[in-house]
Amino acid sequence: MSLTHLERLEAESIRIIREVAAECENPVMLYSIGKDSGVMLHLAMKAFAPGKIPFPLLHVDTTWKFREMTQFRDKLAADFGLDLIVHTNEEGVAQGVGPFSHGSAIHTDIMKTQGLKQALNKYQYDAAFGGARRDEEKSRAKERVFSFRSAQHRWDPKRQRPELWSTFNTRTNKGESLRVFPLSDWTELDVWQYIHLQNIPVVPLYLAKVRPVVERDGVLIMVDDDRLPLADGETPMMKSVRFRTLGCYPLTGAVESEASTLTQVIEEMLLTSGSEREGRVIDHDAAASMEKKKQEGYF
Amino acid sequence: MDHFEQIRADGIEAYLDEHQNKELLRFITCGSVDDGKSTLIGRLLYDAKLIYEDQLEALEADSARVGTQGDKLDLALLVDGLAAEREQGITIDVAYRYFSTKARKFIVADTPGHEQYTRNMVTGASTAEAAIILLDARKGILTQTRRHTYICTLLGIRHLVLAVNKMDLVDYAEDVFLETEAAYKELAESLGASGVTCIPVSALDGENVTTQSAKMPWYKGKTLMRELETIPVDDLDPHKPFRMPVQWVNRPNSDFRGFSGFIAGGQVTVGDEITVAPAGTRSTVKSVFGAEGEVQSARAGQSVTVCLNDEIDASRGDILSNSVDPPKTADQFRTTIVWMHEDPMLPGRSYLMKIGTKTLSISVAEPKHKVNVNTFEELPAPTLELNDIGVCNVNLDQPIAFDPYVDNRQTGGFVIIDRVTNDTVGAGMLDFALWRSDNVKWQDLDVDKNARAAAKHQKPCVVWFTGLSGSGKSTIANVLETKLHAVGKHTYLLDGDNVRHGLNRDLGFTDADRVENIRRIAEVSKLMTDAGLIVMVSFISPFRSERRMAKEAMGEGEFIEVFVDTPLEVTESRDVKGLYAKARAGEIKNFTGIDSPYEAPVKPDVHVETVKCSIEDAADQIMAELRSRGRLE
Repeated sequence: MSLTHLERLEAESIRIIREVAAECENPVMLYSIGKDSGVMLHLAMKAFAPGKIPFPLLHVDTTWKFREMTQFRDKLAADFGLDLIVHTNEEGVAQGVGPFSHGSAIHTDIMKTQGLKQALNKYQYDAAFGGARRDEEKSRAKERVFSFRSAQHRWDPKRQRPELWSTFNTRTNKGESLRVFPLSDWTELDVWQYIHLQNIPVVPLYLAKVRPVVERDGVLIMVDDDRLPLADGETPMMKSVRFRTLGCYPLTGAVESEASTLTQVIEEMLLTSGSEREGRVIDHDAAASMEKKKQEGYF
Repeated sequence: MDHFEQIRADGIEAYLDEHQNKELLRFITCGSVDDGKSTLIGRLLYDAKLIYEDQLEALEADSARVGTQGDKLDLALLVDGLAAEREQGITIDVAYRYFSTKARKFIVADTPGHEQYTRNMVTGASTAEAAIILLDARKGILTQTRRHTYICTLLGIRHLVLAVNKMDLVDYAEDVFLETEAAYKELAESLGASGVTCIPVSALDGENVTTQSAKMPWYKGKTLMRELETIPVDDLDPHKPFRMPVQWVNRPNSDFRGFSGFIAGGQVTVGDEITVAPAGTRSTVKSVFGAEGEVQSARAGQSVTVCLNDEIDASRGDILSNSVDPPKTADQFRTTIVWMHEDPMLPGRSYLMKIGTKTLSISVAEPKHKVNVNTFEELPAPTLELNDIGVCNVNLDQPIAFDPYVDNRQTGGFVIIDRVTNDTVGAGMLDFALWRSDNVKWQDLDVDKNARAAAKHQKPCVVWFTGLSGSGKSTIANVLETKLHAVGKHTYLLDGDNVRHGLNRDLGFTDADRVENIRRIAEVSKLMTDAGLIVMVSFISPFRSERRMAKEAMGEGEFIEVFVDTPLEVTESRDVKGLYAKARAGEIKNFTGIDSPYEAPVKPDVHVETVKCSIEDAADQIMAELRSRGRLE
C-alpha cells in the first residue's frame, strides 16, 4: 500500500516545521485562526509529539476580527496549553485606524502589515511560519517554501534562494529573517479533506448559519458588531451564509450557502463557486498586486 | 467522470473516501512556450476541471482580449505568468501548479526552458519523479530537447515522457511520430535513461492529453494523463536500504528520547537492528511513532520519531540506517556541481555544504571539466559560472555518511552556501568517494606539537595581519618580531611579497588565485605552529571567507587577527611601491582597493588604526593582546 497524497503532504510539512525548529534560533508560528492556520498548528503538534511545540504562536489582532474568531482562538490556546502571543498595533488603535474610517488598504497596512513588523521586531524572531499556499493565487505559484526577508522585512526577488530537494538553507545574518510556508504544496481541497479526516476544529463561521448581513458593492458583509455604519434606513438582512476565508469582518465577504456541515462545505466547494480569494475585499483594491504587497512586507 | 458527475452519482461521502486515497506524483515540464508548454499545462488543469468559475470568466475575457487562439479558449493564459514577469524584471523562476484526478494528485514544476534558466530547471527537477519533455512535431529533436533530457537524467529522474506536440500541424502523421520516437529513444539511452515513453499529442485540441485521440487511431498507447497516473514512484521504494537523517532529538522528559526525521529511503520496523552513521554505533528499534501515533513500521516518505533500546549517542546530522547496508563514510568526493550564483565559484574557498540535515565546511577543487549542456562535450574550465555544470572533487572538514546520488537523492544531494552572504550558490550530487583520505593517513608522530612547543618554552600561535597594500602590515610585523625575539621567542614572519617569489609564484591576482594563495599560507602557518613557532603572516588577505578558513584551521585561541586599518586615501598617497599609480593607470589589474574588493574584518582581535598611532604603539598593542591570551608565558 503506497502513501496517500495527504500522508505525503503531511510528512513533508512536518519535516519543514522540524527543520526550522532545529536550525533557527527564535522561530514563531503566525496563527491567523483560519483553517490553514488550524492545519499548520495541528501539524506542528504532530511534529513534536509527545513533546510540546518548541516555539510560540503569534496572532496579530487588528481588533476587527470576527468575535467568533477571537473566542475560538482563546479556547484553543487554553485547551491545548499553547504559548500564544497576541499583538495589536497600539499606535494604530490610538489613532483610531479602522477599515471604515481609513479604507481597507490603510487599515490593512497599519493594523496588519505594520502590526506584524512591530511584533517581529519586538520579539526578534528569525523565522515565522505562515499558512499561505501556492494555489491561492497565480502570483504565489513561484513563492518559495522559505522566503527570505531583509532586516527591513522586505522581500527582494533577487535574494530568494533556489530550493533543491528538501534541503532548505535556513541561514540568516543578524536582523534578517525567514517566512516559512509549510503548506505551500497543499490545495484548498487538500486542506478541507485533511480537516475532515483529522477532525481538526475550525471556527464555526466556515459553516453556514443564518447571520445578519448587509450588501456592500455586491459583497455580503456580516454585521458582527455595532461598529459597522449603517446607511439611513438600512437594516441588516438575515441570510444563511458562510465564509471561505476569514479575516477582518468588514473586509471579508460571505457567500450565501446552506452548507452547515463540513462535508456539505466540501461538496459545495467542489460543485460550484469561485476561487477562494474572491471573498477578500483587499484583493480588489486597485493597483495593489500581491507582488507589491509582498515587497512591502505583507505576509 | 468529473467532480460534478461523480458527486451527484455517488454522494459526497463516497467521493471523499475515494479522493483521500490518492497518490502523489511530482513532475516537471520541460519545453519552451513555442512548444506549447503553457497550453499543455493549461489543458491538464482545464481537463481536470480544476478551474473555478471566476477564473474561467477571467480566462474567457483574456482569451478574447489577448488570446492567440481565435474563438477558442487560450489555455496558456491560465499559467502564463512568466512573460509578464520578464517585462517587470522579476526573477524568472520555478512555478508550482497543482491538479488532481481520481487516481493522483499532481505537483507540476513549471520552469523556463532556455539555457540561461538551467539553474531553475535543475531546481524543479530535483524534486520531480517524472518529466514531460515537450517538442514540436514539426521541428523534431532540437538542442533544447537534448539539454532538457540531460538535466532530467542528471538530477535522477527515471521516468521521461516525450510529448510530441502539435500533431495537428503535421496532419497527425504516424511516420513523423515514429521517426521522432526512434531518435529520442536513442538520445535518452545514450544518457542512461531507461524509462522513456513517447506520446503524440495536440495540447491545443486536447488530443491524447486526457482522452484517446480519434484522429490518431494508429497510436495504441496511454494518453498523457493516463501515463502520469500510472508512472511508478521510485523514490519511496521501501525495498531500498533504510535511511533517516536525524532532524531533531525529541526529549520532552527523562522517560522519552526519540530521534525525529523524514525517512529518506527504505523502511523501519520495531526490532530492526540499526546503525548510527557515521559513528557506526548500533542498537535496535524500540518503537516508532508516525503522524497517527505509535506504529509497528514506517517507510520512505514519512516523518517519524524512532526510539532505540540503547542509550547511544546520536544527534542532528547523523543518519539512522539499517545495519545490513549502512551508508559509506568519506570526506573527499567526486561530485557534479551546478553553479547557481552570479558570482563564480572560487576553487579552494571554504563554503558551507548542507547535505540532509548536516551542515559542514566544503572546499571545491578546480573543475575536472564542465559540461556543455547542449552537446554533452567536456570542456576545460578554471571555475564554474552561473548555470555551469561541472565535475569537481570536493574536500570536507569531516567525514560524512552518504549514498551516491544515483542511489538516494536525499543522502547524496547537497547545496552549497556562501559563508558570508548565506546565499545558496550551488547544488551538487555526490558521484563517488575518493579514497585518498584513507590512503594518505595522517602520520602520528611521537614528538608532537606540545612537545615541540614545550622545548621552546612557548605557546605557538599565528598573528595574522590583514589590510590594504601599503597599509603598514609588514613594517609592524617586523617590529613585532623584533620584540618577540628580544624576549626569547622563536618566530617566523611570512610575508606576502616574499612568498609570491617562491611557494606561490605560480599564482596571479584573480579572485580564484587569491583564495589559493591564502589557503597555502594557512597550511604553511599551521605547519609552523605545529613546529612550535609563533608565526606572523603579513598578507593583504582581502576576503573574509579565507581569513575565516585560516582561523578555523588553527586551534582554539591560536589565531590572532590584526586589522591594519589605513584608509585607502592614505595608502594611495603614500604609495611606497608605486603600485597604486600603476593600478590607477590600468597597468596592474585586480588591485585590492582599486578594482578588486577588500572585505574589512568585522571584529578583528586587534584593530590598529595607523593614522592614530605609531608603529611602535601598534606592535605594543599586539604584544598586549598576546600577553592577555597567555601566549607569552
